[in-house]
Amino acid sequence: MSEVIDELVEREYAFGFHSDIETEYVPKGLSEEVVRLISAKKEEPEWLLEWRLAAFRHFMTMTEPTWGNVHHAPIDYQDMYYWAAPKPKGPAPKSLDEVDPEIRATFDKLGISLAEQERLSGVAVDAIIDSVSVATTFKAKLAEVGVIFCSFSEAVREHPELVRAHLGTVVPPRDNFFAALNSAVFSDGSFCYIPAGVACPMELSTYFRINAKESGQFERTLIVAEEGSTVSYLEGCTAPMRDENQLHAAVVELIAKDDASIKYSTVQNWYPGDAEGKGGIYNFVTKRGRAGARAKISWTQVETGSAITWKYPSVILQGDDSVGEFYSVAVSTNLQQADTGTKMIHIGRNTSSTIVSKGISAGRAQNTYRGQVKVLRSAVGARNHTRCDSLLIGSECGAHTFPYVEVKNDSAAVEHEASTSKISEDQLFYCRQRGLTEEDATSMIVNGFCREVFDELPMEYAVEAQALMRLSLEGAVG
Amino acid sequence: MLSIRNLTASVGDKQILKGLDLELPAGEVHAIMGPNGAGKSTLSNVLAGRDGYEVSGSATLDGVDLLELEPEQRAAKGLFLAFQYPVEIPGVGNMYFLRTALNAVRRERGEAEVSAVDFLKLAREHMARLEMDPAFLSRSVNEGFSGGEKKRNEILQMSLLEPRLAVLDETDSGLDIDALRVVATGVDGLRNPNRSMLIITHYPRLLEYVKPDKVHVLTDGRITRTGDHSLAHELEEQGYTPATAGTAS
Ligand SMILES: Nc1ncnc2c1ncn2[C@@H]1O[C@H](COP(=O)(O)OP(=O)(O)OP(=O)(O)O)[C@@H](O)[C@H]1O
Ligand SMILES: [Mg+2]
Repeated sequence: MSEVIDELVEREYAFGFHSDIETEYVPKGLSEEVVRLISAKKEEPEWLLEWRLAAFRHFMTMTEPTWGNVHHAPIDYQDMYYWAAPKPKGPAPKSLDEVDPEIRATFDKLGISLAEQERLSGVAVDAIIDSVSVATTFKAKLAEVGVIFCSFSEAVREHPELVRAHLGTVVPPRDNFFAALNSAVFSDGSFCYIPAGVACPMELSTYFRINAKESGQFERTLIVAEEGSTVSYLEGCTAPMRDENQLHAAVVELIAKDDASIKYSTVQNWYPGDAEGKGGIYNFVTKRGRAGARAKISWTQVETGSAITWKYPSVILQGDDSVGEFYSVAVSTNLQQADTGTKMIHIGRNTSSTIVSKGISAGRAQNTYRGQVKVLRSAVGARNHTRCDSLLIGSECGAHTFPYVEVKNDSAAVEHEASTSKISEDQLFYCRQRGLTEEDATSMIVNGFCREVFDELPMEYAVEAQALMRLSLEGAVG
Repeated sequence: MLSIRNLTASVGDKQILKGLDLELPAGEVHAIMGPNGAGKSTLSNVLAGRDGYEVSGSATLDGVDLLELEPEQRAAKGLFLAFQYPVEIPGVGNMYFLRTALNAVRRERGEAEVSAVDFLKLAREHMARLEMDPAFLSRSVNEGFSGGEKKRNEILQMSLLEPRLAVLDETDSGLDIDALRVVATGVDGLRNPNRSMLIITHYPRLLEYVKPDKVHVLTDGRITRTGDHSLAHELEEQGYTPATAGTAS
């Protein structure tokens, strides 16, 4: 079995190509000057520049957190580009047809169509390369029902009042080291606004692609669901294979007002680095949502990529009867490190949260679940159910679980279950006796292990996630 | 068809099979009986290629050396093992599992894969014969199945996979009286001139439905006695002790 594991660990990353797109940069390094330049490039209003500068000044007083169960060489924040963007060839494209063919080809190669009539025709896509959004599909169709779906930069220009009213209200600029950094230098991302009572008629999705060298990606996504509205949103991400580590420090804020519902799904497949742990994306992300009365926020994530993942999509259950969910599959192989989980903060009465985390480690990878359930005094009748299952493939990897529970109200019911298992020889032998190869058997068993989480993904992506899982484990499983 | 010569198997210092010989011609059904711990399941595991045994001797199926092959290659050659303790695979749909298995062996045989729709129809037919509720297709493989339901699910798989050689390890244990009749009749219906079966059992009841051509007694890692159908009844009355006291056949 061990040679199969070795072979499987030698996985190929299918999205590692680099596109020859002419790129312009803001000079390397981080300074007030760079923050001003980024803001100027985006022709931002004065208030936003001030907001960035305040974040920057605060960032300069902070130090990188060390509590994560992840290890890496120090990051030199002065040795990377904070802004990189495909150089515009002439005036900005007026329609999707005018998008630079090289960019279009890049997304085609990634299986993301920027043509509205194609495969995932029920899905609107915002496509982002490095620091800028290059295209957003189905905008007109969404506008018919009042849904705004555009790049963050465009939202700042076209809907400044909406941005200003919500930006930083869930993840304040001073929240943490990476959130402060992001607030200072964030480039692009997506903005979604669903008016009261509207059920968004299609899936919204953003596809993030890092292409430029030695650059970081600092995107910012803001989703506002007004009272009684619903939306399902998905993000996907990939990057070229490079020897260097690249930083991706995003902030995502979700606001679900009373009776609204936001479902946010992530299929994260950043370049994980090679078998020796060289290269790969450092994925340091802050994601948080705030739920009003009877509102629901559901995070589903399938994390297969990145050299390091540090992310804890969280829900502030502020309104009475609000619901928070977190469904996660995190796979780490080779020398990948994942430290991920969630925070559920119960404030309102009868708030409930569900956490289902499935961690899979193979090779020499380390996989950590870190979750916090916090029940404040006001949260009468709060309920949480947490389940953390870890699956180990091979004997050199590790799984760690750090559940933090803080309950200040006696009426709360908080349950935690955890399990760690190995792929059982019995299961493998049973499948192989029925004619499945060891790889097929492993992939089948692992997919079964993740089933509950995959079931939460929108249909098309559930299929994609399974395929991705197979790919990630190719050679990692045995 | 199946020919076993001087087969030994050990785990660590413990020798379990101690030079076992067995000839199973095409189309025949042989029963293996023997006391607990004699090595019956070990024999099935070694034939099917389970890891963890130190093995010597030979076992060939249609002239092909089984011991050289991976478990899935043995399955592709037509070897099927109905497990004494079928394994649960949470989250994997039974229907998906069965179809994947069927298509894996069909690919090996150079036959076309079966589509989901055709498979459903096929599976329903086979299930009807085994009086199985189609609801079992949508559940996870063996998860939460009762002991008897698991055994029935094994025979469903055998029926779908149409093996050349089927080894049934205590398929009758845990079946109620009616279930035994249904499953045994099902197994008997799968007899044909191209298929051989090795039926491991502790009880002659199953053998009333599936009349074996021969009955072997496995004691302490060897075949110690071979007889016809009546041997099963003799053992039932006298137990293994007098049988083992006698000489090997
Ligand atoms: N992996 C192992 N390690 C140590 N001993 C083993 C192992 N596998 C089997 N044995 C021992 O070998 C002997 C034969 O076991 P086996 O399961 O083949 O018996 P069996 O004839 O099928 O018995 P039963 O009728 O109870 O099913 C037993 O004593 C068992 O404890
Ligand atoms: Mg046994």
